[in-house]
This record gives sequence, structure tokens and C-alpha cells, in this order.
Amino acid sequence: MISQAVLTCFALALFAPFIHQLMRSHSGWVLAIFPASLFVHFLGYVPGVAAGETYREAMPWVETWGVYLSFYVDGLSLVFALLITGIGALIIFYTGGYLAGHPHQGRFYGFMLAFMGSMLGLVLADNLIALFVFWELTSVTSFLLIGFDHQRERARRAAIQALFVTAGGGLAMLAGFVMLGAATGTMEMSEILAGGSLSAHRLYMPILLLVLAGAFTKSAQVPFHFWLPNAMEAPTPVSAYLHSATMVKAGVYLLARMSPALGGTDLWATILPIFGGATLIYGTLLGLRQTDLKLMLAYTTVASLGLLVMLLGLGSEYALLAAALYLIAHSFFKGALFLVAGCVDHQTGTRETVRLGGLMRAMPITAFAALLAGLSMMGIPFFFGFLAKEVIYEATAYADNMWLLTTVAVVGNGLMFTIAALVAWGPFFGRRMETPKAPREGSLYLWLGPLALAVLGLAFGAYPHIPQDLFVTPVASAIAGYEVHHATFPTIPKMGLPLILSGVTVAFGLFIFLIAGWVRAFLNAAGQRMWGPDRGSDQFLAALDFLSRTLVGLLQTGRLRLYITVTLVVLAITLGVPIIAYGLFPSEISVPQAPFHVYGVLLLTVVGALALMFARSRLQAILSMGVTGISVALLFLLFGAPDLAYTQFMVETLSVVIIALVLLRLPVDTYDSRHILPSLRDAAIAGAVGVFFTVLLIAVTARPMDLTLTDYFAAHAYVSAHGRNIVNVILVDFRALDTLGEIVVVMVAGLAALALIKIRRGKLVPPGNGASPDDERGAS
Amino acid sequence: MSSLILRTAVPLLVSLMVVFSIFVLFRGHNLPGGGFVGGLIAASGLAVYMIASGPAAVRRALIIHPIGVAGIGILAAALSGVLALFVGGPYLTGLWWLPDNIDIKIVATPVIFDIGVYLTVVGSVAAIALELEEWR
Amino acid sequence: MEPLFAIVIGIMFAITVFLFLSRSFVRIVLGIFMLSNATHLLIFTAGRLTFESPPLIPYDQSVPIEAIANPLPQALILTAIVISFALFAFVLILTYRAYQELGTVDVDEMNASEPRAAASEEAAE
Repeated sequence: MISQAVLTCFALALFAPFIHQLMRSHSGWVLAIFPASLFVHFLGYVPGVAAGETYREAMPWVETWGVYLSFYVDGLSLVFALLITGIGALIIFYTGGYLAGHPHQGRFYGFMLAFMGSMLGLVLADNLIALFVFWELTSVTSFLLIGFDHQRERARRAAIQALFVTAGGGLAMLAGFVMLGAATGTMEMSEILAGGSLSAHRLYMPILLLVLAGAFTKSAQVPFHFWLPNAMEAPTPVSAYLHSATMVKAGVYLLARMSPALGGTDLWATILPIFGGATLIYGTLLGLRQTDLKLMLAYTTVASLGLLVMLLGLGSEYALLAAALYLIAHSFFKGALFLVAGCVDHQTGTRETVRLGGLMRAMPITAFAALLAGLSMMGIPFFFGFLAKEVIYEATAYADNMWLLTTVAVVGNGLMFTIAALVAWGPFFGRRMETPKAPREGSLYLWLGPLALAVLGLAFGAYPHIPQDLFVTPVASAIAGYEVHHATFPTIPKMGLPLILSGVTVAFGLFIFLIAGWVRAFLNAAGQRMWGPDRGSDQFLAALDFLSRTLVGLLQTGRLRLYITVTLVVLAITLGVPIIAYGLFPSEISVPQAPFHVYGVLLLTVVGALALMFARSRLQAILSMGVTGISVALLFLLFGAPDLAYTQFMVETLSVVIIALVLLRLPVDTYDSRHILPSLRDAAIAGAVGVFFTVLLIAVTARPMDLTLTDYFAAHAYVSAHGRNIVNVILVDFRALDTLGEIVVVMVAGLAALALIKIRRGKLVPPGNGASPDDERGAS
Repeated sequence: MSSLILRTAVPLLVSLMVVFSIFVLFRGHNLPGGGFVGGLIAASGLAVYMIASGPAAVRRALIIHPIGVAGIGILAAALSGVLALFVGGPYLTGLWWLPDNIDIKIVATPVIFDIGVYLTVVGSVAAIALELEEWR
Repeated sequence: MEPLFAIVIGIMFAITVFLFLSRSFVRIVLGIFMLSNATHLLIFTAGRLTFESPPLIPYDQSVPIEAIANPLPQALILTAIVISFALFAFVLILTYRAYQELGTVDVDEMNASEPRAAASEEAAE
């Protein structure tokens, strides 16, 4: 059932454009039915998973390489699957209003559903290779969605940049996975995790670093964060779905998933909090600089991902519970706020906070949703976000580096409070501003999604034991690798260090909010014209571009002789390096015993070949070719290959006819027109190739030979295939499919020769009229 | 070419070569020979005919276009394998008709396949040679 | 016997390479002829040489009784001979066509006339 759930997403993605054409303005809710039903389906797993059960199913994919399309449901993957399908349904529904009338709305649905399938596959996959494939599929669909508005240059650039960073990280991750498979002997994640920690393995460090490269690029950790704000070029549903709720959490998911196997070491507990903490602070500071609603939210997403990574790095029970809580809470409030930002943009025509204000009266429902989501993000009591923050402080306050971590968390959360206030409060309250479009409340499509998510944030906060029992504890247990004993965190805050820290956070956030304009100006002044990874990635791509241009200019000169020379020199090197490296030069060559005429024929072959090389006229060349060909045929005959000999004789006969017909029409002779120096250089290359071939062949024939196939053919030629000529039986029976391919090649060569002859002279390069011969033949 | 001797001898010579080529084709399963050699022998027979009587005569003798002959050859070779699919074997499995009382081993799909090879080689080589001869 | 064959094959490959590096396209075509012969012998020798015993099953036997020549490389080479013949014919005709179009068989001079063809192709697009 799990695999069907994933695969039907892709099937529906294929048909989404047609369904949209059929349904027109109703397509939003019609298509939302599917993810909604998937959501219900996954809800069915909740009781079992909450009781500690896991589900697994597998079907063979590339069995010989141990690749299975296997899926695994436990607390962690189930919560992700619910977020993906649940929020997915709301987003598809929202798209029905947001993109209404857009010419490519159907295509957009297709991309979104394909992404949903990839993301579901990613979080549910048990096989590492399957996970990697889904991982890269999310990168590809994300690329398509960011570049959805492909006529804008900025969108294209952002799409390429995102693909470049995330897919590149994915490749590093693949290398890590392969090592992981080699270290554990299995590609199934459930088995790897059951095997316990890998920290003692000698491949531990490279595996960890490569997997982190994948996770950090996907989850936009500093210094790979730059692609995420640029990805805001995508339509708002994409930003809300991919770039806040689901895809960017794939890295966090991977770290959480791998935590039992890779976590718990000093390296893990050092790298993750450092990068996570840096990302948290950096993201909030950059977010404060922005005035665009979506960009502010994007940077807080970066910051939140940093916070999650930091918590995973701490690894204590409280930290894992906090990560689980914050993961869910963040999906709710950030998804809602993004959708609100989309609403505001859609209804007023601008997303600039400085141009928005007092929309409360015109857009009451949206404002209400924004307020609820904002309060959750700020971490106000009775909201789910508050609960998450409490547990975060519980985790940092009792960690080893308590002071540093707690300070980072307080500052980060405080700045996030400020941004939440700027986003959720600023546009709706205060003085009414003029906007490009006269604001009015959007349709049901536009406000249902954000409102649902925002209300859910309040509901979970009001009845905290439900999400904690059903989701948070199973997630934390899955990350920890053992049963986490859950202490329910109550709605009504109790006095203690975390509450004090919450108070400090709110006060700090409020203070910054009040001086926000000044802070923004200061940050802008500090950050002006600073070189960053964003520009760095452009420069890197430009450098790559330059490199490839230079190389192409160097290698693709259009000079045939250069190509041939390079090819042959490479041939000589490829032959020579192993010969020299393995010392294959024969120590002695025994002079074999053979009848006199064998030596004669061999000599004749060499004489014919040399004569061909020195041939100065066409007739000499034809004669030398005849000598070489006939002596090769004789060699075949002498060494037990009559079939080859007869064929070669016939080919020689026919060659004379063909050559006579062509070569004698060419009024040119075959003398060598090279000067002495190039000749010597060419002779050196030729000599090297010849010597290497000789040495290689001597080395090969000195070794024992595997005659399995030969023996099989010899034993079965008459018994099974009723033929006494083994060569012919191989050709027409044992390997008949090869022969079929080969006679097709013969016929194609004949056809090509015919086509060459049929093209009349002068048609190849038409004078002036510009029609190429292909066009003419295609047209006639 | 206007040699009277050649023109008189050629019909006999060519028909002998073609008959011989067919002999070589069928002999191939047990002794040296087969479709490739047979095809080349037939093609050289046609080349001799072409040199003596001109390409137009060869085209008349072949009735259809030489590339068509090659096409028929590939079709025969490809279809000879389809039969195996109906009796449950993989594509191109050899099937033999082996009656109890008479010892013939000639009615078989590999033989049809070899005939296909023969026709392909004859057709392709003849096509090239004829076009070259007519090329002005 | 194999080492002796290896030396002959090495000479043939060396001549092939030397012909390939020539300035005249006709000599490159001759190189293609030499290359196919050298390659056939290479495969033949790599499958080991057996003197004067073709891979045939005697009429009173159902499996070969004596040592026979390796039939597998022979089957490979048999088709290769026919294919390389067809390819050789094609390359010959190609050379002649190129001569008709460009008036030369010198690869460097052909190169000089290539941009003309390329430019008109671009114009056609």
C-alpha cells in the first residue's frame, strides 16, 4: 500500500494537466482530494506507530545490485508523510485560487504532484539507493517549480542555482551511501539502524562528512543557504510547500534518520551545533534586513532549519523532543505565514512590508490567520510554538555548552519573534497604506489553507498531549533509536528556567521590533556589497563556463589531423600505462616450432603491409592490399579457420571490384605528402602503438584462457543444434541475435553508401539558396 | 566490356556461381560455408555479370531492387526467430523439424536465418557495386 | 606461435597508425583496411592458435574428440570481416564524394574548406 501511495502521485502528476483542462476552475479542490485521501490513509498508521510498531514493504528493483524499492514507516517517516500529504492537500487547494487563470496552471499541478510523490518516496524509502533517487527527484521537481516562471531571467538563475547546490550535495550523499553500504553490508536503512552506531568504523568520518554535505545543502545550512532565498522566485504555493514545510526539511530528516547510526559522537556533536547555530543567527539577521515578506520568511526558514540541526546535534532526549515539536510547529506556522504572504501579494499587488499596513479591515480572515500563525512563531503561551520553545530551552539549558547554546537560542528566537511580528502584525495593523491594487478579502481558496494551518497550531497548543503522544514521542524515539519516555509538557507554563528564558526572548524580540527600522538600516550598511556565497556560486559557474569554452576552443579546432593524433596518442597511453605499471614486458621470446610455409605466409603479410605503407600509386596500393588480405586469409586457413579464410578470399575478390570502381576515378596518388619532421613524430606514435599491442598480446596469450563458452558451444553444437560446423552454429543459432544485428549493420552501410552516391554533386553545399540536402530529401 | 568470349561464357559462369553459392549456403551447417560466404560468392557472381553485360542486365535479373533483397533477408532472419515465441522459448531459439523415418536436417529456423543472412549480404554488396558502376 | 603473430600484428597496427596520421585522406582509407585486418588477427590470436584443425564435429561423433581451433573468436571475426568490408566500401565512396565536393583529398586543405560548408548550414537553419 505504501508503494502504491507513492507511485500514484507520479501517475496523477502525468494526468493533472488533463484533469485541469476538464475541471477548469474546480481543478483545485478536485485535485486536492487525492492528497487528502492519502493523508487519511496515513492517519490509519498513527495508532500502530504510536504504540511503537513499524511497517515495512519491499519489492525488487535492481536485485543484482541490492536495490529494492522498499518503504518503511515509523514515527519519523509517518509524521513527515502526514505533513507532506496534509499540507500538500491544502496547498493544491490554495493553488486553485492563487494561480486561477494562469495559462500553465495544469502544468503546475503536475509538477506539484510529482514533487509530492518524490518527497513521500524520500521520507518513506528504506533502501538507500531508492532514497537517493527520490532525493534527486525532489531537487529536479524543485528546479522545475522555481523556474516555473521561466520567462524571467531571475527565476531561471534561481532554479539553476538551487539544482546545482542541492543535486550536487545529493551526489556527495550518494558517495556516502555507497560507503555506508560497504561498511554495513546492507543498503536497507532499517537494517543499518538496527546495527547500532558506526562510530568505530574506519569509514565513519568520510561517511559522516558526505552525508552531512547532502543534508546541509538540501536544508540550506550556512554556507549553502544562499539558494533558498533565491528560490523565492517560485510562486508562493511552492515557497510554502517545498521551501518551508517539506523539501528543505529533507536534510533534517536525513540527519534525524541517520542519527542512531552516525550520531552520538564528538564529531557529530561538534559539527551540527556549530553549523546549526551559525545558520540560526545568520538567517535571522539577514531576514531582518529584508523588506519583502517572502524573503523575510525565507531567511527565517533558513534560521529554523539551523535550529533543528543544532538540536539534532545535541542529541539529548529533550533536544530530540524539542526538534520533533519544533518540526511540526514550524511546518504549521511557516506554511500559514507563507500562504498569508501569498494572499497579501495576490490581493494587494505588493509584498513589501514598508508599503503594507492596516489591511485588517479589508482582509479580516487573512489577518486572523496571520495573527494566529505569527503568535505561534513568536512563541506566545497556549500556542504550539511556545511549547516547542520551552522544550528547546529545556534542552539547551542542560547541555554541556549551556551558556553559548542558550545565548544562541535566545538571540535567534528573539530575532524570529521580531520578524514574526513584522510579518504578521505590520501589514494588517497600524496606519492604512496605499497599495497597487485595492485590497479585499480573497476567495475561500486563498484563506482556507492558511487559516487551517494557523488554527491547527493553536489546537495543538491547547491540547498538547494529543500531538505529543501521537507524533512527538514516536518521532523522538525514531531519532534516538530507543523508546523515549515522554513527559507531557503542559499548556500552562510552569515556573522555571525555560519560562524565564522565554520571557527574555519576548522582551528582546519586542525591543528589536521597536527599533526595527534602525536595525535594518544598520544591517544594510554592514552588509552592503559584501561578497557572499550567492555571488560566489555565480562566479563559480562563470568560471566553469569559461573553462569549458577554453577547452572546447583548444580541442574542437575542426582539424581532423589533430583529432586523429589526440585519439591515437591517448590509445598509446592507455595501452602503455598498464603495460609499464605491471611490468608486462616479456623476459624471453621463445622461437616457436612451425612448418616453413607458416613463416613464409607471416613474412608475406608483413611485406604486403609495408608495401601498402610505401605505396606511391593507386595500383601499388591495390596490389599491396591484395597481398595483405590474401596472406591473412592463408593464415586463417592454416590455423583451423576455413570459414574465415573463404570469407576473406571472397571479400578480397569483391574489394578489387569496388576499389577499382572508386579508387581509379580518384585522380590522386597515394604517396606520403608529409615532411620529414612530422613523419618522424607520427612514426614514433605508430611505433609505440605497435610495440604496446605486441607486448599486450604476448602477455595475454601467456596467461591461461577461460574456455567455458567455447566448451559449451563445442559440446552442444551437434547435440542441441544439429550442426557440425561449430562456427556456423554459433552464428545462426547460439548467438543469432548478434548476427541479426550485424547483418543490419551490413545493410545500413549499403544504404548509406547508396545515399552518398545519390546526392548529386553541388547539392551538398548549395550556392546561396540556403537549403541543406537533408531538408530537400525530407520534403520530397 | 565487349569481349565476345566473356559475354558468351558469362551466363554459364554466373549461373554456376549462384548455384555454387546456394550449395555453400546449405552446406554451412556441417562443413565450412554458410550465409556470409555464400552471399559473398553470389555477389561476386553478380559482379562478374555486371562487368560483362552491364548493370541494367543485373537489375533485370534481380527483378527487385538489391536493397529490397537485403531487406527481405533481414525480414526473414528476424521473423525466423518469432516462431520460437509461440512455443514458449526465447526469441531466436532454433526449432527443428526432425521426422523419424527420414534423416533430413534442413527444415529449421536456423536455416531460414542463414538464408536471411545470405540475402542481406547479396543485396547490400550488389547494391553498392551496381550504384558505383552506374555512377557518372 | 602466438608471440610471432603478436609481432606481425604489432607491425600491422603501427602501419595503421602511421597511415592514419597522413595528410592524404586516401591513405587514411588504406589505414582503415589495415586496421580491420590487424584487428581480425588480434582477436584470432587472443583466442589462441591451433594448427590445422578446424572446429568441425566429425560425422561419426556428436562432440569434437580432438583439440579443435577455438570457434568463438572465429564466429566474431566472420561477421567482422563482412562488416568491415561494407564499412570500407562506404569510406571509399565517402572519400570520393569528399573529393568531388571539395576538390582535394588533403585533410588540411579539406579543413580550410570546411567553414564554408558550416557557414551555409548555419544560414539554412
